[in-house]
Amino acid sequence: MALVKLTIDGLPVEVEAGTTILRAAEKLGIHIPTLCYLEDIHEFGACRVCVVEVEGARTLQAACVTPVREGMVVRTNTPAVRRARMTTVELILSDHHTECPTCVRNLNCELQSLAESMGIRENRFAGARTVNPVDSSSAAIVRDPNKCILCRRCVSICEKVQGVKAIGPVGRGFETVIGPAFGDQLGDTVCVNCGQCILVCPTGALYERDSTEEVWAALADPDRHVVFQTAPATRVALGETYGLPPGSIVTGKMVAAIRRLGADTVFDTDFAADLTIMEEGHELIQRLTKGGTLPMITSCSPGWIKFIEHFYPDLLPNLSTCKSPQQMFGAVIKTYYAEKVGLDPAKIYHVSVMPCTAKKFECKRPEMRDSGLVDVDAALTTRELGRMLKEAGIVFDELPEEPYDDPLGESTGAAVIFGATGGVMEAALRTAYEVVTKKTLPRVEFEAVRGLEGVKEASVDLDGTEVRVAVAHGLANAKKVLDKVRAGEGDWHFIEIMACPGGCIGGGGQPIPTNLEVRQKRIEGIYTADERMTIRKSHENPSIIALYKEFLGEPLGHKSHELLHTTYTPRGSYLPRREKAAD
Amino acid sequence: MRFYRAHVLVCAGTNCSLKGSQAVRQRLLNELEEVGLADEVKVVETGCFGLCEQGPTVVVYPEGVLYCRVTPDDVPELVREHLLKGRRLERLLYREEAEKAVQTVPQVDFFRGQQRIVLRNCGVIDPESIEEYIAHGGYEALGKALTEMKPAEVVAELKASGLRGRGGAGFPTGLKWEFAAKAQGDVKYIVCNADEGEPGTFKDRLILEGDPHAVLEGMAIAGYAVGARKGYIYIRGEYALSIERLEEAIKQARKMNFLGDGVFGTEFAFDVEVRVGAGAYVCGEETALFESLEGRRGEPRLKPPYPTERGLFGKPTVINNVETLANVAPIILNGAEWYRGFGTEGSPGTKVFTLTGDIVSEGLIEVPMGITLREIVFGIGGGIPGGRAFKMAQTGGTSGGCLPAELLDVPMDYDELAKAGSALGSGALLIMDDTHCIVDIARVFARFFEHESCGKCVPCREGTMRIHDIMTRIATGRAGEKDLDNLEALARTMTMACLCPLGQAAPVPIMTTLKYFREEYDAHIKEKRCPTGTCRDLAAPAATPAAGKGV
Amino acid sequence: MAREHEGAVDLGRVDEIVARHKGREGALLPVLREVQDAVGYLPQEALERVALGLGLSLSQVYGVATFYSLLYTKPKGKYTVRVCESAPCHVQGAQEVIDTLVRELGISFGETTPDGLFTLEKVSCLGVCGVAPAVMIGDRVYGNLTPETVVAVLQEYR
Repeated sequence: MALVKLTIDGLPVEVEAGTTILRAAEKLGIHIPTLCYLEDIHEFGACRVCVVEVEGARTLQAACVTPVREGMVVRTNTPAVRRARMTTVELILSDHHTECPTCVRNLNCELQSLAESMGIRENRFAGARTVNPVDSSSAAIVRDPNKCILCRRCVSICEKVQGVKAIGPVGRGFETVIGPAFGDQLGDTVCVNCGQCILVCPTGALYERDSTEEVWAALADPDRHVVFQTAPATRVALGETYGLPPGSIVTGKMVAAIRRLGADTVFDTDFAADLTIMEEGHELIQRLTKGGTLPMITSCSPGWIKFIEHFYPDLLPNLSTCKSPQQMFGAVIKTYYAEKVGLDPAKIYHVSVMPCTAKKFECKRPEMRDSGLVDVDAALTTRELGRMLKEAGIVFDELPEEPYDDPLGESTGAAVIFGATGGVMEAALRTAYEVVTKKTLPRVEFEAVRGLEGVKEASVDLDGTEVRVAVAHGLANAKKVLDKVRAGEGDWHFIEIMACPGGCIGGGGQPIPTNLEVRQKRIEGIYTADERMTIRKSHENPSIIALYKEFLGEPLGHKSHELLHTTYTPRGSYLPRREKAAD
Repeated sequence: MRFYRAHVLVCAGTNCSLKGSQAVRQRLLNELEEVGLADEVKVVETGCFGLCEQGPTVVVYPEGVLYCRVTPDDVPELVREHLLKGRRLERLLYREEAEKAVQTVPQVDFFRGQQRIVLRNCGVIDPESIEEYIAHGGYEALGKALTEMKPAEVVAELKASGLRGRGGAGFPTGLKWEFAAKAQGDVKYIVCNADEGEPGTFKDRLILEGDPHAVLEGMAIAGYAVGARKGYIYIRGEYALSIERLEEAIKQARKMNFLGDGVFGTEFAFDVEVRVGAGAYVCGEETALFESLEGRRGEPRLKPPYPTERGLFGKPTVINNVETLANVAPIILNGAEWYRGFGTEGSPGTKVFTLTGDIVSEGLIEVPMGITLREIVFGIGGGIPGGRAFKMAQTGGTSGGCLPAELLDVPMDYDELAKAGSALGSGALLIMDDTHCIVDIARVFARFFEHESCGKCVPCREGTMRIHDIMTRIATGRAGEKDLDNLEALARTMTMACLCPLGQAAPVPIMTTLKYFREEYDAHIKEKRCPTGTCRDLAAPAATPAAGKGV
Repeated sequence: MAREHEGAVDLGRVDEIVARHKGREGALLPVLREVQDAVGYLPQEALERVALGLGLSLSQVYGVATFYSLLYTKPKGKYTVRVCESAPCHVQGAQEVIDTLVRELGISFGETTPDGLFTLEKVSCLGVCGVAPAVMIGDRVYGNLTPETVVAVLQEYR
């Protein structure tokens, strides 16, 4: 590619043609502030915070979207630039419900940081604001339009990355609101609760439905036996809420911290992930050998489940009937575990810690009561757990590393990789291979299904039987795969789909920021955790073997079907509310 | 063709129609029938004549006698006097001043100062008749281009003519065509921007109503020049009559093969489709117009890429204003040299202006570029009614600047107006006399932009609202000195940092009023007093009696 | 949300309009205009059919329908009275005409008279500045208005 020479703030730089001023400046170590910009996803150029002077141009140019030209002379820090940026940020603040100390995003807010870095000490333009009701209709996501700065990152991520298009700009000009059509509430729409919008929201306009109060109450209740489970992807992200580098593995400290909150028992969702592999692996083998709808598609990701229910209801038979690990665990805890330790299941309060906002919706689904009770009482996001720990005054650094409780705390490397895109597939293949071939895998790693490519394909030889698999993460990528399945193309046997980019480590409940770089680091953490495990195949987990022996019988057996499998609900993509009303 | 001894032209432009020209026409037909002249005198419905203030207007040819404010009840007398007896009907003749009455079209000051290139057929031909357009030289230029010129030669001619975009920005048209002609791609588009939303502007409507084929011919020539086969006319939803006339003209042009395949027996194929807007001023901005035409919210795109690289549906696109396109055929027919004979070096040709506000002759005029504001207001426009004093003229519509009396001698062209802090813009001229309050009108400008901001970029969405806030405070006596500083800060940022010309221009009218009428702002802010007595929340002036229409 | 005209919307007609435009580039705006002409405004049921028919999301269709001032997502009175409040009309005395209309109709902007006859709206510019001040009622434009004549015009519709 052709190179272009330009100068920025008097410094010469050479970059590829087509590079933006923003990127070229970065090369020189010059940081130009941005607000609406999200690389590759939302290059909108509308907040005007990144404006710079370009010699010869009549107006200031948005650095995030303006491509460099040969001989361009750019200045990023002139009085005109500073004045324009400052006025622009003040204007945003003039129409923003500014209540920083009580805002969920306090000290982790891009608008706040910008105002701080620009030294804004007053707001010259304070005046009428647009006032709209807060929407807390969704089980997972709260919308506060009064804090929305109309950057539309959420609109782009919902449309381009997730292909859901639940929200968009409504109205015009100053009155514009970002929200669902017809002034509907988010909970009545095709929103799949993935929470990717929360991750990209620069302010506190989108956040998780807070469950911490309920959990505090349960912890404080002496009659309640509070059991936690922590998802694979939380252990490589929770540290970030305490300022540790992304991808730091903090499993032991997390367990210790939760105990200090007052939890009676702390289990590892990884155990349930191993259980999922047992069920799902056998389901796949059954469909392959005895006939069944193929390709079979994974069902661990609740955002993905709601997505297929809305947009591809015709493909519901392709979904594995397995519940997600969270829900399998909930059902097992309130049956097997309660029985084993002699507890009244009604007294167990079961909390999951998830990288995910959609889990909040999932645990409230009416299907998820197979124990006879609500299987999972509350689903906390990684962020909420972080907030609880801080509130409890826990100094993370000083915590010892503690193990999970027995007997459902034991897990394998196959389970921990559930946290990354391709992980479920890899874990399933590790087990399916050995179950089908009765041979030991020469090498447990399936590199072809790892990594951040949107759609990954591989072919595995199960002793003469070729199994073709695909892995997609991010629902727009899922769409590509599903459209092929619908059209009878693709020819796969097994597909893993995760709603969130990067898989659960990039889930909507994870610490902010969650961007490409952070996702990569967390994925590295996940595979490191896998390598550190002594057992790396689900079917070798002794606790799992015991569970089948003592309680479930066999994979896909009667008890399994009762507790670990589920059904799905077609929902329609245009008239979700009407159909809901017709229920 | 049938021979008539006289033609009676009745203006059927929107303004005259609103004043009842349809009833006048019907009465004329009835009356001519009654006196047995139906076979000798032809009644022709024409597009706008320009003299909207004096409407409904009727012109009787061959003499070219101009009658004004004709009512249906005047018709019997008009027919008997003029058409039967051959005497002019004194009382309906156009009058510039009370004592000077007898006037035919060429004698009227209103027309004498004009040079009609764009409006060559407006008010002259029946806009619903392609035959009349052809009889007046219509589609000759297209024929010439297709059969005698290479596309590059058409582009070269346009470039040589110096024609600049008449929508407001003044970009050289030939250069735009050249970019599009050189752009890669099999599919290209010509888009006619007829989303005329600038308050005070109605020239495009009257051109389309009065001479729709002129625009179609310009588009076809553009299509040939750049290699486009399809054209769109994006027109604002309120322009019902223009839409109707255009649809009819397209039908006729297709029928006579000026549109469609194999135009003039050549390989050239070109067709035009009308798309109707749905009420958004910002869609006059070219990239917002594309968004709208593609079925989205009319929010401006980032530039680059420019329309000539990636425009409508992502294809190289020429987008020209109605008036620009209406200039094309005469340029091709008469040559660039001829065109450069009008106007100024930097702004050749003529410009169509619409005169509104406190001016004797409200209406539509076409004059050579470079004519002074004074000549337009006091010459062609007939001055300020009621003997009041000229206070200011806003040029270029609501996004243009306001010029005080000291600047009446500014030449009206792109560069000179820009120097004066205003813009030629759409050609709207709003004249205000001394009864109007400058703060009050500036508040109206502010309200307009606040209402029309699309909301995409921050400085415009929030800035237009805050400017309106400040103007409201000033007009209601709640403003302090700091408000003017803040206004200036806002204006600076919006001009420099807004995403599109709407936001960049929004402060211009307000800041020019502040620049030229500072003392009136001071009266409102420091003395809590409105010198004209217009602002209702403030004290009326002490000495002078309350004046002005706003009271 | 209350649906004022539940069941009254002829969805077959909406489908017919969508079918006629389907496949045409940039069909959404022409479709919305036609549906509005047919139905009177753009009710939710109709917009859902448009979205479904054109393969667009509800948020996109609704975002477009609420962007343009000539598209209405709520039912209107029998006649929409649109008053121009741009500068040329203002200079010619629009404020008095506006005040008269508000007084005469007894409603504020954006509201509909209790008898369902008139909806009052402000518009930025009607493009008939040559006859300012101007008002549009339904499809008809009235120019050169005064407080007296605007009352007379209203009477024509009562």
